[in-house]
Amino acid sequence: MSAHEVAIPKVKTLVLVWAALICFTALTTWVASFEFGEWNIVIALLIAVTKASLVVWIFMGVRHVTTLTRLFVVAGLVWLFIMILLTASDYKTRNWTYQAQPWANNPAHGLSR
Amino acid sequence: MAETLVPAGQEELEAQETHLRHHFATPEQQTDAATLGMWTFLITEVLFFGGMFTAYAIYRTMYPGAFASTSEFMDVRLGGANTAVLICSSLTMALAVRAAQLSRRKDLIRFLILTMIFGTVFLVIKGIEYHAKWVEYKVPGFRFTYEPSYYFHHAQILFSLYFYMTGMHAIHMVVGLGLLTYLVIQAWRGIFHARYFAPVEMIGLYWHFVDIVWIFLFPLLYLIGHKR
Repeated sequence: MSAHEVAIPKVKTLVLVWAALICFTALTTWVASFEFGEWNIVIALLIAVTKASLVVWIFMGVRHVTTLTRLFVVAGLVWLFIMILLTASDYKTRNWTYQAQPWANNPAHGLSR
Repeated sequence: MAETLVPAGQEELEAQETHLRHHFATPEQQTDAATLGMWTFLITEVLFFGGMFTAYAIYRTMYPGAFASTSEFMDVRLGGANTAVLICSSLTMALAVRAAQLSRRKDLIRFLILTMIFGTVFLVIKGIEYHAKWVEYKVPGFRFTYEPSYYFHHAQILFSLYFYMTGMHAIHMVVGLGLLTYLVIQAWRGIFHARYFAPVEMIGLYWHFVDIVWIFLFPLLYLIGHKR
């Protein structure tokens, strides 16, 4: 990998990333003043992920690290995803226990004993 | 140990210059190992903060109304200003790493100190916000009050999360300032140059990570129900 010769970032690149991050901050604040219902959080997170990607890719120099290090970075995100997904699916389905087989004694389903 | 009379060879001089440890074959391999190790640490940090973000996601789904109502007590201006301050500090940190890569000692010290100034400004603004929360009785467990009263309990969950998350983030900032102080001292002594700057780069990674945490905290804590 390219790590064997030090890749020195251009000042212009760093300043451009900085400018983009500032613009995205203004954008996310401005967008939050509108009512999009469920979409507000989606837009906010999309902007945050874009900003974080810029920091990771340029400022943290992941574009220049070895494949192994990149694999580790991705693995970290996968574990984060697993934690959030499994916890959320647990909470989302907890009430289901109390209404298991909702059709069992419900005449509307035509299956009542 | 007695001083050796044998003059140091080219290889030894190079090893000294690049701070190469004997268990690494080349300085490049050493740097790759350090980078991998630092990222491994940062992943544990991602999951550490991730736990709190997960708790936030769960409670927000459970009590969306109460969570949205808390935005009234969040200072978007100060939060936004702090986001900008941290982004600026990330830029100066990246420029500091660049200065080290180019063996520009004075620039390195300047950018490191600038980064520390931005970091301190962030903490001061955070302190102002914490003070406002205290004055407005918005610290859970300390004479907490809330209007509308039916959100009293659930709003406390958000304010608890607010103090856990921003508090842990602030502690990370303080640790970062300590690390930067160490870097400034080392840079002052002229330790870093084009062939040895790994500590600057690794602490830079840490600093950027702390910036990323805030990038997510800002919209989640300040802009939930933000309406003009």
